[in-house]
Amino acid sequence: MSVAEKLRGGLLLSTPAEGAGGRTGTWRVYRPVINYSKCTKCGICWLYCLRMLLSGLRIRTSGLTMTIARAVEYARMFALLRLLTWLRRGGWCE
Amino acid sequence: MGMVTMNELHKYGRTKFIMPGTAACPGCPLQIGMRQLAMALDGKFVMVIPAGCSSVIPGSAPYTAYTVPVLHVPFASSPAVASGIVRAVRQRGNNGPVVVWAGDGATADIGFATLSGAAYRNEDILYIMADNEAYMNTGIQASGTTPWMAWTTTSPRGKTEDKKDVALIMLMHKVPYVATASIAYPMDFIDKVRRAMQVKGFKFIHLHAPCPPGWKMDDAYTIRAARLAVETGAWILWEYNQGKLTISPPSLPYKDKSRRKPLEEYIKIQGRFAHLKPEDIKIMEEKIDRQWDLILKLAEIFK
Amino acid sequence: MSRQISLARQVRKVLVGDHAVAEAVKLARVNVVSAYPITPQTLIVERISEMIEKGELKADYVRVESEFAALATVYGAAAGGARAFTATSSHGLFYMYEMLWWAAASRVPFVMAVVTRVVGPPWNIHDEHTDLLAIRDSGWIIGMAQNVQEAFDMTLTAFKISEDERVLLPVAVGLDGFILSHTAEPPLDVPSQEDVDAWLPPRNPRIPYTIEPGGEAITMGNLPGNDVYHALLKKYMDESMESAKKVIAEVYDEYAKLTGRRYGPLTECYRCSDAKYLAISMGAWSGDIMNAVDRLRDEGYPIGLLRIRYVRPFPEEDVTGWINGMKGVIVFDRDYSAGMGGGVLASEVSGFVPSNVSFEGVLAGIGGFDVSSDEFKAIMKEFIDKVEREGQVRIRKYWYIPKIER
Repeated sequence: MSVAEKLRGGLLLSTPAEGAGGRTGTWRVYRPVINYSKCTKCGICWLYCLRMLLSGLRIRTSGLTMTIARAVEYARMFALLRLLTWLRRGGWCE
Repeated sequence: MGMVTMNELHKYGRTKFIMPGTAACPGCPLQIGMRQLAMALDGKFVMVIPAGCSSVIPGSAPYTAYTVPVLHVPFASSPAVASGIVRAVRQRGNNGPVVVWAGDGATADIGFATLSGAAYRNEDILYIMADNEAYMNTGIQASGTTPWMAWTTTSPRGKTEDKKDVALIMLMHKVPYVATASIAYPMDFIDKVRRAMQVKGFKFIHLHAPCPPGWKMDDAYTIRAARLAVETGAWILWEYNQGKLTISPPSLPYKDKSRRKPLEEYIKIQGRFAHLKPEDIKIMEEKIDRQWDLILKLAEIFK
Repeated sequence: MSRQISLARQVRKVLVGDHAVAEAVKLARVNVVSAYPITPQTLIVERISEMIEKGELKADYVRVESEFAALATVYGAAAGGARAFTATSSHGLFYMYEMLWWAAASRVPFVMAVVTRVVGPPWNIHDEHTDLLAIRDSGWIIGMAQNVQEAFDMTLTAFKISEDERVLLPVAVGLDGFILSHTAEPPLDVPSQEDVDAWLPPRNPRIPYTIEPGGEAITMGNLPGNDVYHALLKKYMDESMESAKKVIAEVYDEYAKLTGRRYGPLTECYRCSDAKYLAISMGAWSGDIMNAVDRLRDEGYPIGLLRIRYVRPFPEEDVTGWINGMKGVIVFDRDYSAGMGGGVLASEVSGFVPSNVSFEGVLAGIGGFDVSSDEFKAIMKEFIDKVEREGQVRIRKYWYIPKIER
């Protein structure tokens, strides 16, 4: 293997991947909450969203297709599923 | 080139310009700004990043959260390295954007000589100074752009010097494009990046980026602080484009002092200003007034 | 250096050392040059900017505000895929220090000429090797020329060595300030552009990687996920330094076929085959020492001179090979390592000198004063006489300070 290949092989050069900052999993400390009584559907919150949490959700400036609340529900369900899997594997015995 | 609209940005709904799972603190403004930058440039650019938070945020090798070619470089070197890259790729006919993404320490302090050199040579690069107003990565030490009286670990009783106005210093380098921006006004920032990229030569954008841990405020206050900075007049958004200096739309109402929100609203959410006395806030207000006078006069001159 | 029949047509030119380096840079068709003025390097970049202005060389000359920026610029250009060159001396080299390490560990190939000069204070522009030797741990390949022709050849070959896939490290070419940089020696043989083009094709920007807009989304330099990665990278650097020895030999072999000039490659030994004593040196004054060796030979002293051409990678095999069987080794240093046993070269060589072999490290020419062939002869003669008289001599440092008249 040449030097160039060794350098490319992941030591000197990095490539994009999820979780490069650590295996953060699906938990989070804060969750975005939308106050629908105030929401004007401008979508600007999506531009601020730190961890791209709202990415993949379709936010339109006209028409209410904002499914953020639902996405949060899914995320919770997913977390619950992971918890169940962990329990089934006897997680606490480790 | 027209102004950017939300509809236009929809196409990036599923694009991960920054991969999730980074090493940033909660409420980090740098990712917000960098993502807005990536949207503005359609994700096709090169970043040169000196030492700072942004060299830690992407996580660790062999992976990175950044999805564009990135060269991490020593603290003071980024404008010079970017000059080299831009000369090399232009010779091969590549006219893509070469962006320096640097913090305030790398820009206003240690890298100031290389910045000045690249600016006066009018290198074809876009320089974004993401200003969180201190050396946050090393644990909140005062930098050249830390505001007057702000607490940092090296200014425990409040900084005695004023904030260095890097954007105006760059304006005096007679480069074609200089602007200030704020992460709380993404459309304005994206417009500025796009307008800057229409210009050949050195482009400088001073991006205001409130840092929750460094400013001793709640993680959820990043955008609130950035917005209040503009609404109280403490941070003025302006743009100089090839001879013409204008106050940017989000800052326009605050030309009129009576329409500015009280400065206390901006100060009181930041723990770093907790020790301020009412007379200090008064002095701060006077400084803001003088800054507005200066920018408005410059807008008169560069009409 | 020995001569053989060359394949290439060559032109004879009378050039000072700095201009010879500039000529080599032109023939290598460098894309980006960036430098900051410092004596005695300045003639190189003055000539290069002239060449660019006249259209003889199609390259970007970046007028930077410091040596730090000069190195950062050529480093960026090399990372962007260009063939790049810079040049400096003493204080300028030290102003680059942080970038030197970063550039080498980034593994991008490019070339720098270091016109050696004393490090102040006091301000002194004369010749000393301390500046060049102070970067020896940084990961650069470091060569030191003996004469103007060699400075030219070493610069031209440096691009080929640096860009070799087995090496991928920056190369520093050292030449003595004023003694070579501002002196025209017997005419220089310069190969034609066509011959150089055939031998040194344009740089492949993809090797080892390119940072370019729209290019592959790679990141160079973020934190290692495990510190062992860092250790491995250093180990790769070490392996590249080892393979650089082979590459340097190969490149000079090809170069000999092209130009007829055959070099060491890592070292050259003068009258060593039947020698009992070995002098070791590097740089321009090796010529004066050779002269002294000749005269000592006439008087019956069995001495030879090992001239170090490349300090990094250190020619360990050559040095141990030639020391083997010698009665004594004397090292001439034009540099000084404070708090260590004396000169840098002496410190490096002494590790390879067996305890039953006599040794002397001579610190001469510090601050740039001239040391004549007569003085070398006297120093070496004294050493040999002492060894013959006393049997075993170990002198780590001998300060050779001539008397001055005030």
